[in-house]
Amino acid sequence: MAKHKAERSATTAAEPTSVWKGMRVAITGGTSGLGRALAVALHDLEAQVAFVARNRARVEDLVRNTPALHGVVGDVSSKNDIYPIAIQLVGALGGLDLLINNASALGPIPLVPLADTNCEDLELALQTNLLGPFRLTKAMLGSLAASAREGRHAAVLNISSDAAINAYPNWGAYGASKAALHHLSKIWDQELSLQGVRVLSLDPGDMDTPLHELSVPDADRSTLMSPESAAREVLASLQNLFLETAGVPHPETQEALQ
Amino acid sequence: MIAATVPDQRPPHARLLAIDAAGQITHHPRSNFSDLLRAGDVVIANDAATLPASLLGIHERTGATIEVRLAGRRSLEPQAVRCFSAIVLGEGNYLTPTEHRPSPPELRPGDDLRLGPLHATVVCLLDHPRLVPLRFEGSSDEIWRGLVRHGRPIQYAHIPMPLTIWDTWTPIAALPAAYEPPSAAFILNWSTLDVIIRRGVYFATLTHAAGISSTGDPVLDARLPFDEPYRIPESTARLVREARERGGRVIAIGTTVVRALEHAAEINGVLRAGKGLATQRIGRETKLQIVDAIVSGTHEPGTSHHELLRAFVANGVLEDMNAELEEQRYRTHEFGDSIFVERMNSKGASVVPRNQTPSGSHPWPVLSMSYRLPHALLRRHPVDFSGSLFRANNLSARASTIRQLPDREGR
Repeated sequence: MAKHKAERSATTAAEPTSVWKGMRVAITGGTSGLGRALAVALHDLEAQVAFVARNRARVEDLVRNTPALHGVVGDVSSKNDIYPIAIQLVGALGGLDLLINNASALGPIPLVPLADTNCEDLELALQTNLLGPFRLTKAMLGSLAASAREGRHAAVLNISSDAAINAYPNWGAYGASKAALHHLSKIWDQELSLQGVRVLSLDPGDMDTPLHELSVPDADRSTLMSPESAAREVLASLQNLFLETAGVPHPETQEALQ
Repeated sequence: MIAATVPDQRPPHARLLAIDAAGQITHHPRSNFSDLLRAGDVVIANDAATLPASLLGIHERTGATIEVRLAGRRSLEPQAVRCFSAIVLGEGNYLTPTEHRPSPPELRPGDDLRLGPLHATVVCLLDHPRLVPLRFEGSSDEIWRGLVRHGRPIQYAHIPMPLTIWDTWTPIAALPAAYEPPSAAFILNWSTLDVIIRRGVYFATLTHAAGISSTGDPVLDARLPFDEPYRIPESTARLVREARERGGRVIAIGTTVVRALEHAAEINGVLRAGKGLATQRIGRETKLQIVDAIVSGTHEPGTSHHELLRAFVANGVLEDMNAELEEQRYRTHEFGDSIFVERMNSKGASVVPRNQTPSGSHPWPVLSMSYRLPHALLRRHPVDFSGSLFRANNLSARASTIRQLPDREGR
């Protein structure tokens, strides 16, 4: 604990990025868009990063470019993939401090009104955007809580959308699934308060990503944020939260921070 | 006792036999477990997640079908997954009782084993035809991938349906390191943890690579448990120290927790945090240095799990317990009922004197909420999640919790 205290105190002083150094982070949907940008940014910040994505070639490609990353092939929308994914992510990292549920499915492509949405498309959106994050978080909660007990930051970040809040026509499957994820995050965050694990939901804004391209093919890309700058904003927000709440659940450390 | 044949971790009618420090036996619904705890106690569980450690495959030199059951490695390091000790069984599966499984073909140093996508080599021979050290080919990430693709949880004939991985993970399972579930911790779920923490009981974990419980060979079984690596976090060691100072009890959830804690205190009775390799057996002669009570499954006399209880209570009390378990038809094995055994005050001179709580008063001050519920310190802010995230960052209106798009067409 003394070691943690020293590290944490140093963090609050001069070195704003060191909150990430050595942090064990798992990211879903890690080979494109925001997920990839987060993986690379966190690696640059000296976090230990493992990611999961469906396409083997893309996973291998990212690991070839950045060999320190641990790549896992799996589909978070598939129930039977969850524990294999969890074992590989935690096995590679030796523990877990931050899980970023980033992988998302739009539902029907192109987007259509709910009345024209196939049940299967709604199911896929729910499997990917709601059940997948729920299952993976549940499987990795033991690791996160263990991390919190050791005085480390421990959090789940669910990537949300303004469509979780606002009712946009044609965004029914996506919006309903993200709304459910958003609410799940808020409830879970309260329920885990004694365990010291935060569950957060965050809207990164409209980004120039493959998902956006699928949803709004004729968008003016110059008006969209790059995934890299969105990743920077997301990490800045998280870092402030970590520093603000200290994350160290013991009075001794609390004193050290003051 | 009767075997529990369904993989239900917390059946509503599960029972708990308790033996207090005076040797008195009582019966409880297991859901009332937390009633046996007192403010100031510390409960310690093993948070090892269970590996899919059963690998079917082919012994290349003979073409024989085999089952490899991974049984141990020297460390918990995530990258150290090339070398395992393993039990090799002949053809068949878990539906045949392990003791009736045929032996594997004769194993020789250098023999190749093809285990689905994994390849392993027999490193050398030990002194038993079923127990060998194996070396796996590939990077650690590749070995993890092979294990999760091909491995199944180790299981035994008393459960006819195939186990899934999630059947074998305790709710608090963290680092995948155990070969069979540290099943005493099936008793814990997140609601139970909240209840005990709110009662002023502390909760801590360690990670101990729980090994296999049966090899199918009596000679080999007599050597169980094998050496098991463990890690005790500094925060856990501190909670143990504080519990002892205030006269609270150290309550181990499972035999592996007893083994790790007692091993780490072997030298001078002071609990060392950090990594270790538990090599000792715990039994009648063991002088317990740290643990005051154990929660465990019900185990048949003669097994190492059962022998470990002799460190806690006198033989006569254990005989009474066994008779009660039989008479009351307790269920046994990993999904069965539980026992709570407190170290007897009068078992013998082996009991280390401890600050005793004077009856009717607590030796520690009434603690403030923030101290008794240390994690609550995290909650300096209202928990409206992304609100605080965004406020913290002082981002523009673009990043408010509920971001209104200026122009709907933009979607």
